[in-house]
Amino acid sequence: MPQVMGQALKRHEDIRLIRGRGQYTDDMTLPGMVYAKMVRSPYAHAKILSVDTQAAQAMPGVLAVFTGQDTKDELGLIPTAWIPPNSDLKMTPHPALAFDTVRYVGDAVAVVIAETPYQAQDAADQVQVQYQPLEAVVHPREAVEDGRPQVHEEIDHNIAFHWTVGPDLDAVFQQAEVVVRHEFRQQRLIPNAMEPRAALAQYNNATDELTVWVTTQNPHIHRFLLSGILGIPEHKLRVVAIDVGGGFGSKIACYPDEVVASWAARKLHRPVKWTETRQENFLITSHGRDHVQEVELAGTRDGQIQAIRVKAYSNLGAYLSTAGPGVPTILFGLIINGAYNIPHASADVYGVVTNTTPVDAYRGAGRPEATYLIERMVDLYAREIQMDPVAVREKNLVQAEAFPYTNPFGLQYDSGNYQGTLKIALDMLDYPKLREEQAALRKDGKYIGIGWSTYVEMCGLGPSEVAGAVGFQGGLWESATVRVHPTGKVTVFTGASPHGQGEETTFAQIVGQELGIPVDDIEIVHGDTARISMGWGTYGSRTTAVGGGAIHLATQKVIEKAKKIAAHKLEVSESDVVFEDGMFSVSGVPDRQVSFQAVTLDAYLAWSLPEGVEPALEGTAFYDPKNFTYPFGAHVAVVSVDPDTGDIHLMRYIAVDDIGNIINPMIVEGQIHGGLVQGIGQALYEGAEYDAEGQLLTGSLLDYAMPKARFFPRFETAHTVTPSPHNPLGVKGVGETGAIASTPAIVNAVMDALHPFGIRDLPMPLTPEKVWQAIQQNQGGR
Amino acid sequence: MLTAPFEFRRASTVNEASDLLQQGTEVKLLAGGHSLLPLMKLRLAAPEMVVDISGIPELHGVSVHDGVVTVGAMTRHVEVAQNPVIQAEAPLLSKTAAVIGDVQVRNRGTIGGSLCHADSAADLPAAVLALDAQMVVSGPDGIRKIPASEFFVAPFVTALGAREVLMAVEVPAMPSDAASTYLKRPHPASGYPVIGVACWVGNGGTSVKMAITGIGSTAFRAVEAEAYLTEQGVNASSIGEAARLAAVHAPVEDDVTGYKRQLVNVYVSRALHQTMAGKD
Ligand SMILES: Cc1cc2nc3c(=O)[nH]c(=O)nc-3n(C[C@H](O)[C@H](O)[C@H](O)COP(=O)(O)OP(=O)(O)OC[C@H]3O[C@@H](n4cnc5c(N)ncnc54)[C@H](O)[C@@H]3O)c2cc1C
Repeated sequence: MPQVMGQALKRHEDIRLIRGRGQYTDDMTLPGMVYAKMVRSPYAHAKILSVDTQAAQAMPGVLAVFTGQDTKDELGLIPTAWIPPNSDLKMTPHPALAFDTVRYVGDAVAVVIAETPYQAQDAADQVQVQYQPLEAVVHPREAVEDGRPQVHEEIDHNIAFHWTVGPDLDAVFQQAEVVVRHEFRQQRLIPNAMEPRAALAQYNNATDELTVWVTTQNPHIHRFLLSGILGIPEHKLRVVAIDVGGGFGSKIACYPDEVVASWAARKLHRPVKWTETRQENFLITSHGRDHVQEVELAGTRDGQIQAIRVKAYSNLGAYLSTAGPGVPTILFGLIINGAYNIPHASADVYGVVTNTTPVDAYRGAGRPEATYLIERMVDLYAREIQMDPVAVREKNLVQAEAFPYTNPFGLQYDSGNYQGTLKIALDMLDYPKLREEQAALRKDGKYIGIGWSTYVEMCGLGPSEVAGAVGFQGGLWESATVRVHPTGKVTVFTGASPHGQGEETTFAQIVGQELGIPVDDIEIVHGDTARISMGWGTYGSRTTAVGGGAIHLATQKVIEKAKKIAAHKLEVSESDVVFEDGMFSVSGVPDRQVSFQAVTLDAYLAWSLPEGVEPALEGTAFYDPKNFTYPFGAHVAVVSVDPDTGDIHLMRYIAVDDIGNIINPMIVEGQIHGGLVQGIGQALYEGAEYDAEGQLLTGSLLDYAMPKARFFPRFETAHTVTPSPHNPLGVKGVGETGAIASTPAIVNAVMDALHPFGIRDLPMPLTPEKVWQAIQQNQGGR
Repeated sequence: MLTAPFEFRRASTVNEASDLLQQGTEVKLLAGGHSLLPLMKLRLAAPEMVVDISGIPELHGVSVHDGVVTVGAMTRHVEVAQNPVIQAEAPLLSKTAAVIGDVQVRNRGTIGGSLCHADSAADLPAAVLALDAQMVVSGPDGIRKIPASEFFVAPFVTALGAREVLMAVEVPAMPSDAASTYLKRPHPASGYPVIGVACWVGNGGTSVKMAITGIGSTAFRAVEAEAYLTEQGVNASSIGEAARLAAVHAPVEDDVTGYKRQLVNVYVSRALHQTMAGKD
């Protein structure tokens, strides 16, 4: 039996996905299916004066037109599911269809249901809505000022919550030798998963059951929330996510669209499908980031960082999204010290509502915002005290002997050798030589820059006890059932809900290795509440750490039971049986053996089972991890800047990551590449922009620059492996590391290149025009 | 992203297309569909009738006669880029078509569609301007020719009459000693040119033609730079001044930071250097 853990097996799911055989929600067709089209507000903030549906009702093929007035008494409000403690969080009442006020461009006010999607769209265009436009707020810090329009009457100064952590550090800052202050703008990003969202709802009159196929990263959370909103009990509600084409956090939230489609399906007794257009995706599917951060760092003249603190204004959009409030608090504030042993830290976060698209998790969720802040501050501090940024990092990184390391907020970093990854990156780069080249090139009027990011992040979310303590309204354990069929083939049911990350392969590798059977004999089933008892889904790089942990434990239960049966068959005591490579044998007598498959058949035939052993063979485990996991690493970017155009050319990118044990190196590589591209996208290309009226100016792929493959050099990657002691597989998670680490590495590199022009910082994205203009202003054009 | 209802017709001759254009208030010809269909799907365009002209034989084909290359309006970007006649006689046109959009766009989009659509950020207008091409147009009053310099009126507006069909583009063959460049700076999101400079130098340096797209409301000829270079000859020292002249005279709007003029300066200079490098 060959080793399968650690092998770069090709992805099982790709056989269907790259041949166009995947089944996405919008691919589903049901008999009698009708189509929903939303009528959306063109205003960011307005009173709804009237909605006239008469003309639309009379259009061909139209079954019904419903407005907020029709749904408001029949549907519950869409809640947030993360309530950070002691933050005085105020709910933002979010009806599925707005009935008195619209609060962002795209807020739905009515829905048309028609026989064809074209008819639905035609009729939606005929719904006449009269609005009284109101003044809008879009910027998170301006929104809290006196006299600004209020997005929700109940929310004074638009402050939905105020969350603080850490002690008063005034004394530390007053006594510090060096204090560096800076303000960062974490711009708003638009996730743009390749598959837009969709929902298809079918109500069964006979059984009173509602089935909802929906693009979700967490079908059980969706069921939980939909059940409350729709008033349909969970045992009558099935949520299915078949193939999901990426999410990056934007498919965590429960949205009005699936609520309305479900409600209409029950009302009309017809299956109702709703499919988002790309244009709608830009407007209504959750965005990411969007902070203003006022940051201060205190340190000594010789490079010892003593304190870091931040006051952040986090833009949450018009309504608190499902995980929205957790992102700029727990997932951000608690880790602002990064990979450094900084004794003092505090964070002060205002969660602000504005007339913009709701903001929720986006790849990295909170941790990129924290990592950018600390990694940029380390560089600014290094400049201030005229030390090499690598030397400052070496001096302050948590030492290998310090693990488990408790950070100033009480997080326990699991394991690692942070200096180790930095050392490898330094060697790969040949840092001293490159610094010499840089100096020589500057003399010729050529500007290259080197930017570092030595990061740590917290993922593998997470122990449920912690979830409760930090106000997440759910558990964070995971379930797995490993069902061995009579012939020895295996179906694995997981509560995680992969949507592009490759766990149909990774999980099969875990089970194949442990049972000693071919991975082709294993099917991974996910994303269906009718087939999987419970689970919390895929986000926060938790799928392998937590979902994989559950699978491991369930597999162990199978082996335990099979061993009993094998011992009975081999007529020895259980303790004399060894299981290796799919064979049970008698310890010391290797040719007295029986295969896993033979034992399985015995378990099902049940003609002769040991005393007290039940028939069949399956194991179920519910696994709650002991702690988060903490992947870390050292990234370095080398860029050149063209002063004539402001163009930034990424010459090299090195990523040395430690993500614990690696199950499939090819998939890991893919996750790192994807993450890097998204993180670099934030640094250089992406940024959502609103005008003062709350109109999204970057509302299409013509204006919003998604990173393209041709923008990038070949990434140079390397790994160290420090298993996490927090889960049985020793894995740490890799889904988000690239997006977390790379953004500051790039910006640090560009600022390093621009240092001769006296430029310290520029707001992201670093577009050529911005860079060119800064050079002009600082040099009067050389 | 669903179009409003429309009637779909297929024309098999130019006259038939012309006739259909007169049938309603809002009739649109459909060539590659890569500009028209997105607009219809966004419901920014909602024609009553769409007339497919892809099956009209007269609109297809590339030929050369008496030093003039005729490119049928239905010629796809990919053909313009790869056609040996165009590559030999008007390489600037091929080079420009080769960098439009991506493979899918080049496989569908047509030269006629691109020119008639007249997006201010389209690539091809720069090439046809620099090549002094003529648009061969058929309408109710028969066939006429419109010089490229008169064709692009405003963003999305051409000199084409409401009932007229573009049949072909006539491009004077470039001199045999000509060197040419199309230098494009693709927008990071759309891939359309932020600026595109089409230029060629030939006849022993006495012909210097240059047109710029993307940066103004329509593509335009850099006449001051052309005149200067024709007088001074194209060389390392004249290029800098020509680029400066092009930048100063470029009809750019909303250039608060001066960045657009800077791009004109840099791209004209680079395009000329590249052209001269191509000569040896
Ligand atoms: C993703 C994408 C990227 C693109 N990138 C670029 C780019 O980088 N650079 C660039 O220049 N373009 C780009 N384009 C546009 C592309 O080149 C289009 O194909 C082109 O602009 C229009 O050509 P078409 O044949 O598709 O015309 P259609 O869309 O069929 O028609 C366009 C317009 O021209 C009219 N028309 C067409 N043919 C005639 C005719 N013979 N006589 C009279 N009127 C006619 C139509 O009625 C319509 O109004 C891109 C398009 C897409 C979808």
